[in-house]
Amino acid sequence: MKSMPDATDRRILRQLLADPEAPNAVLAGRAGVTPASLWRRLERMRETGVIAAIQSRIDWRALGWEVEVSLRFNLDKTNPRAFDEFMAAARDVPEVIEIQTFLGSVDLRLSVIARDMAHWQQIYRDRILTLPHVSDIDALMLVSTIKDSTELAL
Amino acid sequence: MSGLDGTDLAILRLLAADATRSAAEIGRAVGLGQPAAWRRIRSLTESGVLAGRRVVLDNAALGFGVTVFLGIRLAAKGRTSLEDFERAVTAIPEVQLVQHVLGQFDYRLRITARDISDFERILRRRIMTLPGIGQVEANVLLSEERRPGPLGTLAQG
Repeated sequence: MKSMPDATDRRILRQLLADPEAPNAVLAGRAGVTPASLWRRLERMRETGVIAAIQSRIDWRALGWEVEVSLRFNLDKTNPRAFDEFMAAARDVPEVIEIQTFLGSVDLRLSVIARDMAHWQQIYRDRILTLPHVSDIDALMLVSTIKDSTELAL
Repeated sequence: MSGLDGTDLAILRLLAADATRSAAEIGRAVGLGQPAAWRRIRSLTESGVLAGRRVVLDNAALGFGVTVFLGIRLAAKGRTSLEDFERAVTAIPEVQLVQHVLGQFDYRLRITARDISDFERILRRRIMTLPGIGQVEANVLLSEERRPGPLGTLAQG
């Protein structure tokens, strides 16, 4: 049985989301629990999957990948395998850093990175236009990310 | 940042999957001692390649069952209208992501809501009242996966 997060868990999550780099002792103080209790609760929330992951963010621009494009696709839905086959092919493209599916006017979105515009053109022609079951593509080029948090109004 | 070797890339792959691994664990996984692994992690952090942590929650388990992406076109463009819009939109707590983009839209937003009626409230009271707002397109997120990216191919670059 999955134990529901209680008010203390939510308080801990609020503090963790607000400052994910803070050491556990600091988080415990802010959430008003002992470090041992904080550790126990974080472990339990990771075990039950309430905390799915704590990942390091990689800054691709700092690694020399200057271009990021959000590609929005519509697929040919007359083929029942279209989504699965498209996603399997997209996973084989190393420059794809995110795959999302939607209900709405867009079926699927990929975040794709490239070193520069010439490299982008090469990836687009060789790896993107060759993806299966695509009926329409629309591109949004990332200028800047103004806010990126996983905070929730807990 | 240049001069990364295969060991650095392996460290990035490990930390991108789980940032809570200790330097000793990372070292064991890539065949380094704890001090050498710690020095590499510090250098990747100082160069900005490792840019903080992302806490990924099971939003549905916490009562946030709906994630919607909005494409937004501003009605009027100009430097002041962008600044006004950005200041107002980043202050909305339900808006997790704000990206300035070029193309059919000017901004992409990620919004988390408890359910569809909560989303409707956010859309009407918070989004449609933003300064300069024009056309809005909404897509409800069904699934998402983050990929490791080209870390495996960087070594040749």
